[in-house]
Amino acid sequence: MGTLIEEIFSRKAGRSVRAGEILLLDVDYIMSHDNTTPLAIKAFREIGKPILDKNRIVLHLDHAYPAPNVLAAENHKKIIEFVKEQELPHFYKQGVCHQVMIEEGYIMPGAIVIGADSHSNTYGALGAFGAGLGSTEIGVAWVTGKCWFKVPETIRIELTGKSQPGVYAKDVMIYIAGLLGMDGATYRSVEFGGEYIENLPMNERIVFPNMSTEIGAKCGLIEADSVTTRFLESDTPAQGPFETFGPVNPRYERVVEIDVSELPPQVACHPDVDHVKPLEEVAGLEVNEVYIGTCTNARYEDIEIVARMLKGKKVNPLTRVIVTPASERIYKKAMKNGLIEILMEAGCTVTGTGCGACIGRHGGILAAGERALTTMNRNFIGRMGSPQAEIYLASPATAAATALTGRITDPRGYLA
Amino acid sequence: MGKAWTFGENLNTDEIIPGRFNITIDPLELAKHVFCEIKPEYAKNVKSGDVIVGGQNFGCGSSREHAPIAIKGSQARCVIAPSYARIFFRNAINIGLPILECPEAVADIDEGNEVNVDLASGQITNITKGHTYKARALPDFVLKIAEAGGIVNFLKEHDIEELMMNAEG
Ligand code: SF4
Repeated sequence: MGTLIEEIFSRKAGRSVRAGEILLLDVDYIMSHDNTTPLAIKAFREIGKPILDKNRIVLHLDHAYPAPNVLAAENHKKIIEFVKEQELPHFYKQGVCHQVMIEEGYIMPGAIVIGADSHSNTYGALGAFGAGLGSTEIGVAWVTGKCWFKVPETIRIELTGKSQPGVYAKDVMIYIAGLLGMDGATYRSVEFGGEYIENLPMNERIVFPNMSTEIGAKCGLIEADSVTTRFLESDTPAQGPFETFGPVNPRYERVVEIDVSELPPQVACHPDVDHVKPLEEVAGLEVNEVYIGTCTNARYEDIEIVARMLKGKKVNPLTRVIVTPASERIYKKAMKNGLIEILMEAGCTVTGTGCGACIGRHGGILAAGERALTTMNRNFIGRMGSPQAEIYLASPATAAATALTGRITDPRGYLA
Repeated sequence: MGKAWTFGENLNTDEIIPGRFNITIDPLELAKHVFCEIKPEYAKNVKSGDVIVGGQNFGCGSSREHAPIAIKGSQARCVIAPSYARIFFRNAINIGLPILECPEAVADIDEGNEVNVDLASGQITNITKGHTYKARALPDFVLKIAEAGGIVNFLKEHDIEELMMNAEG
């Protein structure tokens, strides 16, 4: 009985729990990456106790991979030595951690997965509890297999209607960020539901829990259904049967109803993710870089949208257009189906997989005074390099239209 | 006793310590760059015992523990804010940076005020203005971790289950 998060936690706790309770729960998987693993190793060594279950630990190199400088290289070396020393079975360098976690079948409905990364919320797209924690707690979980949680209150976002052509989950989520604000869901579980969500494929669903982080949420959840189980069966090695369950007589702190039918494309403007405007208000603004990448919007379907819009055309010659597929699996599929060639013919720079330019370490850093339009999830000052650069967030389709003109452009005039 | 350094609302982890410095985890090294883009004078002039006074949703953004570590490394005694971003809150507790929630103190304390904080009682005294404020009490198990000097130290001596026995008892 309860909200989706109360249901997930109750199943794990073996009793019915309510918002406000503090629980110590077993976690199914413990994720960390090159940015956060070194500190987890430090905590682990200081505690001085052995790893409880190696099978639950998943490590990634993605944030600055391949290493762009000596310090990053030292980090990678340290992590690889640790993997070897502890004989850890799950180690990846095949793309953005969250994407790889899903693709490799670690995320299943009802699971509890913690990650030393703020976008671990992403796993909620499959009805799992995913939450970001600091590295120290990751080290603690390696040793104990457990983590403390306060059962959060829930904000339900009920989405109805059908979006117009050229309007995607990203536009809807940016609109929600503008509506609720950067701290609109702090400490809360955000449940995304309604007929709009039910009709979305998994790649689009992922955007909502992924960006629930941007409104301060502890987790973002979507009830697992037949879309979820079909996705797990066809696109991941995860083994069923999968539990699909939803909220039961839930009590929500707040319900926000949004009809997406009339929503035009949205842009989150410099310098805050909740500084949201309908695209038409910023249309024409010149950009120096268009960046299509990250755990938010660099999945196969996103790249397909971009390729379809750029096919047979040329991007603005003065605009750097960079595409970083989220994972190698996506990259290979895009290559096999000719998308990479289309992008390159159009003048895009296609990089290796991973977080790329998202945290301003490599792969598309911005200079002072520059402006970028990206498919990322956050636009903090200095995120992509110079603190004097501006970052605008939008959908892959808006990114493609903007790539063609070098100015922020409504994708609806360019849909192929 | 120390001086108050005030910051605005929604201060994010990139503003506390920009991502490009997060390649190290050395507290003193990180402290050299803490707040470098929004308050460059802080790192040069901060003294042991000074207090960070922040706005709502302090420490939002990435999960990087570098942010509370950088603040702790700068020798600041504690952070006072009306509310914290979730991961920052956990991280600060876990690494042993005391954080207090007190909207009244934040509304009244100005930059440079002399402030004294009694962590055990949550009593905050603004010596410059002669005002006192009471911070909200932290849950038992959080105090337990803070008393041990962070979760790592707690686990050296205890099993994790003891955390909850304490919390529920
Ligand atoms: S792609 Fe960006 S937001 Fe996603 S995990 Fe990597 S750095 Fe974080």
